[in-house]
Amino acid sequence: MTILPGSVGTLSASDDIEHAIAPEPGRTALLKDMLFGQASTIFAFSVVVIFLLVAILAPWLAPYDPLAQSILSINKQPSWAHWLGTDQFGRDVLSRMIHGSRNSLLFGLISPALAAFFGTILGVTAGYFGGVIDRVISRVVDLLLAFPELLLAIMIAAVLGGAFWNIIAVITVAFVPGFARVARASTLAVKQEPYIEAAVAVGLRTPTIIIRHVIPNIAAPILVLMTLWVASAIRLEASLSFLGIGTRAPNPSWGNIIRDGLNNLFGSPWPIIAAGFAITCVVLSFNLMGDAVRDVLDPETTR
Amino acid sequence: MTIAPSLSRQQPAASVHPGPLLKVEDLSIEFGPKGTAVRVVEGVSFTIDTGAAVGIVGESGSGKSMTSLAVMGLIPSPPGRIATGRILFEGVDLLGLPRSRMPEIRGRDIAMIFQEPMSSLNPVMTIGDQIGEAIKLHQKMGREERRQRVVELLKLVGIPDPERRLGAYPHQFSGGMRQRVMIAMAVACNPKLLIADEPTTALDVTIQAQVLELMHKIRRTLNTTILLISHDLGVIADICERVIVMYAGKVVEDADVKTIFRSPKHPYTRGLLQSIPRLKDENTRLYQIPGMVPLPGTIKQGCPFFPRCPDRIDKCARETPPLLEITPQQKAACWVSAGATS
Repeated sequence: MTILPGSVGTLSASDDIEHAIAPEPGRTALLKDMLFGQASTIFAFSVVVIFLLVAILAPWLAPYDPLAQSILSINKQPSWAHWLGTDQFGRDVLSRMIHGSRNSLLFGLISPALAAFFGTILGVTAGYFGGVIDRVISRVVDLLLAFPELLLAIMIAAVLGGAFWNIIAVITVAFVPGFARVARASTLAVKQEPYIEAAVAVGLRTPTIIIRHVIPNIAAPILVLMTLWVASAIRLEASLSFLGIGTRAPNPSWGNIIRDGLNNLFGSPWPIIAAGFAITCVVLSFNLMGDAVRDVLDPETTR
Repeated sequence: MTIAPSLSRQQPAASVHPGPLLKVEDLSIEFGPKGTAVRVVEGVSFTIDTGAAVGIVGESGSGKSMTSLAVMGLIPSPPGRIATGRILFEGVDLLGLPRSRMPEIRGRDIAMIFQEPMSSLNPVMTIGDQIGEAIKLHQKMGREERRQRVVELLKLVGIPDPERRLGAYPHQFSGGMRQRVMIAMAVACNPKLLIADEPTTALDVTIQAQVLELMHKIRRTLNTTILLISHDLGVIADICERVIVMYAGKVVEDADVKTIFRSPKHPYTRGLLQSIPRLKDENTRLYQIPGMVPLPGTIKQGCPFFPRCPDRIDKCARETPPLLEITPQQKAACWVSAGATS
């Protein structure tokens, strides 16, 4: 990585200016360098990509029908026929895991994205305009924050029922306050920056200033939070499924694989082990990715 | 409050505006809730003719920056508010315009350069995009044409290798270079009036000289009218032909630069000039004006400079001097200079 001189002190004579600035590496090169510069990041990306591929290709990868029961092969230990064994209904655990990844990853990706979108809108609006708008939004956010996310999710799920989009909505609502908070706090800081005043002085109107100057400058913490909450969303969906209000049986998700497995712990521990391991891997990978994303987004980060 | 006796050309607002480019009349700015509001600028009046370069000088808290922000319509409000006055730009009262009209004027007709080059550029936008944004806003231009214009502007402000610099981010530039970019942004749409608020204060001396040279160049090539705000009379003398001295929110002297340096009429201006270090007398202690700038709102009556003034007379404590015409080229808010004796 080339480090570019930025301080006033290094450039005292005008003749030096031309030589003092190193040629800039292209943006793509920079991105590559940051994404693949660290072993942990490569690992995280690989894991995420593998899981995404598995989810997309589920019907072709799964060796058995995830819903097909068989009285003849209940609670089988892992074997060549059933890599992760079977559960108490004789269903192939590996196939259920593969199909379950679809539900878990969908929840894990869609809800934080939606929450980030709505949370940012709320937070930026509150932070930028201040006054009454800020007070109203902040109080509502405080109210939502007062409930633990899981409790809030259970409450809403109990009211709405457990359909796919309901669960998405539930997790989204549970996450919005966190994003709104971060967005508001960052906006308050960015709003004071001279470049916002400079943007006003150039003649930009408020919506343009918010979209072009405020949001890009607060995007880094929001995106990091989003990658962190991908993990939380998968966990939350697992918790909801575990409690019986998430993905409905017999459809598999990693959460309800664990729940079903718990009732049958002494029959076969493999469903719990497999689902727990998958959740841990994905959550960890998304967290590592979050760090990498933050580094890429900040143009001032130089490694 | 007294309105300064206007110089000969008092013409009604007209679309062709034969009068001065900018005319500020009796401008007062307050901060704080009504009733207990503190006036930070009071009764400021001045005019700037098309093509002129005028400087406003004064120490921190004298209201010079607030005056310039008022012209841009950038007074932070709620806490701040313009209490009285008119700001006529080409004969149109900017304070009377609906809020939604101001963005059209900012950047296109009146542009501003800020004090902090290190933080006045958006860190996550390339400088090409930032300058282009200003152009896109006010001028209809194709993408490629706009790019050419940005390159031209960067060339004008003396950024080497502009084609390649377009995609650079602000942190890759030094302070002086960023100030050049800021200037390029400000002049992107050929503004009629360029307000420079302490453009060189945050820069070291060599870069300062370069930026001042650039301001000269801008003036020569684009024929821009300049309003320069500074606490440094030297900087103002370099660029401007007229200077307005502000003290405690009021204009205390208004004259052309040569006159001010030769025969300052307000004791505050004299104090300022005496506190400039000179190369010849190296062993004498530098003059300093005794006392401190009064806090806004603490002077209830009389001349705001009264407590610190070496030439004060009784009248100064009782009556606030208006801006009085001493000679046709020079106005000062001082009873003594105007010939009062008791």
